[in-house]
Amino acid sequence: MQIKLWVNNKVFEDDIAVDTLLIDYLRSKGFYSVKRGCETANCGLCTVHLEGKPVLSCSTLVMKANGLHVTTLEGMQEEVEEFGTFLADEGAEQCGFCSPGFIMNVLAMKKELVNPTELEIKQYLSGNLCRCTGYMGQLRAIKKYLEIAKED
Amino acid sequence: MFTIKNYVVAEDLAQAYELNQKKNNIVLGGIAWLKMGERNIQTAIDLSKLGLDKIEEDEECFKIGCMCTLRDMEVNASLNSYFNGAISRSLVHIVGVQFRNCATIGGSIYSRFGFSDILTLLLALDTYVELYNGGIIPLSTFKDMPYDNDILVRIIIKKDARKVSYFTHRMSATDIPTLAVAISKLEDKWQVVLGARPQKAMLVNKAETILSETPTKEEIDSLVDYVIKEVKFGSNMRGSKEYRQILAKVFINRGIEEISGGTYAN
Repeated sequence: MQIKLWVNNKVFEDDIAVDTLLIDYLRSKGFYSVKRGCETANCGLCTVHLEGKPVLSCSTLVMKANGLHVTTLEGMQEEVEEFGTFLADEGAEQCGFCSPGFIMNVLAMKKELVNPTELEIKQYLSGNLCRCTGYMGQLRAIKKYLEIAKED
Repeated sequence: MFTIKNYVVAEDLAQAYELNQKKNNIVLGGIAWLKMGERNIQTAIDLSKLGLDKIEEDEECFKIGCMCTLRDMEVNASLNSYFNGAISRSLVHIVGVQFRNCATIGGSIYSRFGFSDILTLLLALDTYVELYNGGIIPLSTFKDMPYDNDILVRIIIKKDARKVSYFTHRMSATDIPTLAVAISKLEDKWQVVLGARPQKAMLVNKAETILSETPTKEEIDSLVDYVIKEVKFGSNMRGSKEYRQILAKVFINRGIEEISGGTYAN
């Protein structure tokens, strides 16, 4: 079926199989930050923004994104680099496989929550799994990042 | 994963209903559960252009469109100014924000999952479902009806001043519940709902007669005895029947205490 959508503000028009998942479509277009870490909609690695809201691209049909704007990690270079520095400074990453989805959700959280508590941060990010770490480094990085962000 | 041959963005409910009469056609919710199966779908029916993603309210009730996401319900300030914010509390542990931005209330309630948090909670409120063909019926009736070809259009929650508590036990923060217990009290009437037993949620009808307005220790014990004797609990990988019975006892005590303003001593 014919579709038209925007990925990182660039328009894509395609004839797709109607059961194509957004994750597979995005990867076919070269957006390799979008990863599949599980088969059960649990890990959060495939997180992208659909009209600014974080969604699981593994649980979204491309048809649902028809006419809408999708943002992947590749489309948010500046913000990603800024937060990525905080992650690196805290030594938060080990293998880094879960980082793109995690960062996309942190950026969505920053937009949505005002001055969140630690509990609110944990609840917002609990759908992003990391199998290397204990999340402590990430939490330190987020707190420092949000402190800085507040000063803007 | 499923396959879909044709995809129809419904122009109105009449068209959606007509398409849904064929066995191999299906109405799409958030697809998070659907994609776990292997169905071969002839025609997928998309209701997302019918304006059914909103939470509307009037003086008497909230009307929640079937395509409203679980996340939209969780963060809706007006909806959560009722029932001690229990709607939000029942949703917050479901996988993650990204998942709840996909999953729809229509998909959750139509499916009547055994593990459903929100079905458990809504059964403790004065909740109805609006079906395209079947009209408006109580959720407590709908939850035991067979899966048919009707379309769940809206969830209707009557506004009242009931107090509500909600407790679950989970193996990890974002797992499905091992047991879910919702308790509500409106004037002197108590409602106790047990979900994830692991069978689908059910109302303990006897609670209303066993519990007085301010329940005594004896009344609560007698309700717990009744629940353990009469309510069917089962075993699965998340917990045994006996473990769930112990959890039920604790949560019933805590829920009643929370509403009556007592302590957690149990």
